[in-house]
Amino acid sequence: MGHRSQTLLQPDRSVRSGWDYGRGVANPLPDRAVLDAAPGPLHPVARDTLLAALEAGWADPRRLHREARTARRLLDQAREVLAAGLGVRPPEVGFAPDGPTAVRWAVEGLRYAARRRGPRVVASAVEHSAVLVPGRHLLDSSGLLQPGVDGRAGPPVFETVEVDAEGRVDLEAWRRAVEVPGTTVAALQHANGEVGTIQPLEAAHGACRHAGAALAVDAQASLGRVAAPTAYDVLAGDAQSWGGPGGLGVLVVREGTRWLAPGPANPDASLTGPGGHAAWVPLALAAAEAWQQTAADREGDAAEAFDLVARVRAAAAAVPDVEVVGDPDDRLPHVVTFSALYADGEALVREFDRRGFAVASGSACTASTLEPSHVLAAMGALTHGNVRVTLPLRAVAPDRAASVAAFCEHIGPVVQQVRDELGASRL
Amino acid sequence: MTAPDRRTGQEDEAVDPTDLVVDARGLRCPLPVIRLAQAVRDAETTLVVEVLATDPAARADIPAWCRMRGHEYLGERAADGGHAAYRVRIAPAR
Repeated sequence: MGHRSQTLLQPDRSVRSGWDYGRGVANPLPDRAVLDAAPGPLHPVARDTLLAALEAGWADPRRLHREARTARRLLDQAREVLAAGLGVRPPEVGFAPDGPTAVRWAVEGLRYAARRRGPRVVASAVEHSAVLVPGRHLLDSSGLLQPGVDGRAGPPVFETVEVDAEGRVDLEAWRRAVEVPGTTVAALQHANGEVGTIQPLEAAHGACRHAGAALAVDAQASLGRVAAPTAYDVLAGDAQSWGGPGGLGVLVVREGTRWLAPGPANPDASLTGPGGHAAWVPLALAAAEAWQQTAADREGDAAEAFDLVARVRAAAAAVPDVEVVGDPDDRLPHVVTFSALYADGEALVREFDRRGFAVASGSACTASTLEPSHVLAAMGALTHGNVRVTLPLRAVAPDRAASVAAFCEHIGPVVQQVRDELGASRL
Repeated sequence: MTAPDRRTGQEDEAVDPTDLVVDARGLRCPLPVIRLAQAVRDAETTLVVEVLATDPAARADIPAWCRMRGHEYLGERAADGGHAAYRVRIAPAR
């Protein structure tokens, strides 16, 4: 198992907490299997770095005293680590309060910079709500359609492109959509965090280039688990996907890309990078540490996770009337979702929880909106009875393989039990 | 896996008259689909069923159920009263 032995900061072991947080999930209680790691627990080395950074990096990096200069140096170091990991230069890297905000800023900034060339945004139907909700708002607030040249109603100012049954965007429809005049921005995820399907970024980016549109790529689900993408103009991510802390989104704006944050100019651009967000230095440092630790083990972790997910897929598919969705091969290594006909998603999650397994669900009854997962719906997949597994990094959960093996044994019995409760076991 | 069924056509009652209405209004997922399955469990001939539902998941799940069970999804019919009406042609149970 790959671990970077050198950490960015030496942890100060004299720091004692006055609070008892209980056992963190990096040391999970022996009877719990965490199979919902989106977000997941902090990488244990990143946790140590975070604690050390609280002592060393608390100051405002814009000020002039020694403590501030230390914070500035640590922030710059964190940015260099992340930039190197993403294959970009440090000035191209900015931060955001979280992943969804980074995604939103990615699209907004492209659109604002292109406002005199055209207002139209194209996105896949399975993008994160951080793309789809502002997009729908564009439609509502523009009075539905941008006016055409001849005064007739023009094409929609925001349009989603259909996906196939595995959740992969239809490339022909994508090409047609971005070629519509006035299209300046497109948004496509690297891979879908609910079902794992990897999107055809190279082809989609090529189509955007041909059409004169810039591409924002949402990598919230993929960074740190698979190789970072390169086919984008702006990239958005979330440190939690590589075992980093919450509260830190990452925004990459490639040099030469026309991207502009709406509002007044940012006077601290050299400090913050694109987006103007002054990240809390301890978070940036923990994120950089988590990146280095995760990168050292990425391929081995992913290979193991891929096989574990294959086991879950097979076990779920073996249960009658259970549909496993998403591409079985061209997918994220660590994500799987399945839907059980005639079962209630909330009941499944609660029963798995009672048996010691933490899982998520895309079913309507488990969402605060009471709407089913738009991803599953766009794929034509069954949305009720849905269970979603996101495997943690093995550095975070050393018992991951055993947890998956145990989970596989419980899938059939839990589905059966929930169907029995609904009186639906003989349909 | 076959492509998702995207039909949203307004079906003409004269072309496909409804044989059976399943009223699942007020029921939360997965009950509308369960009620539908229970109603047609022992169907011996082809029949057209209309499911009335308020559950937002039914819009995705009734077509998905059709696909999983080998029935034909005919589309959603406009309905007033705060509910939707989903039309299905049931192939008889063998």
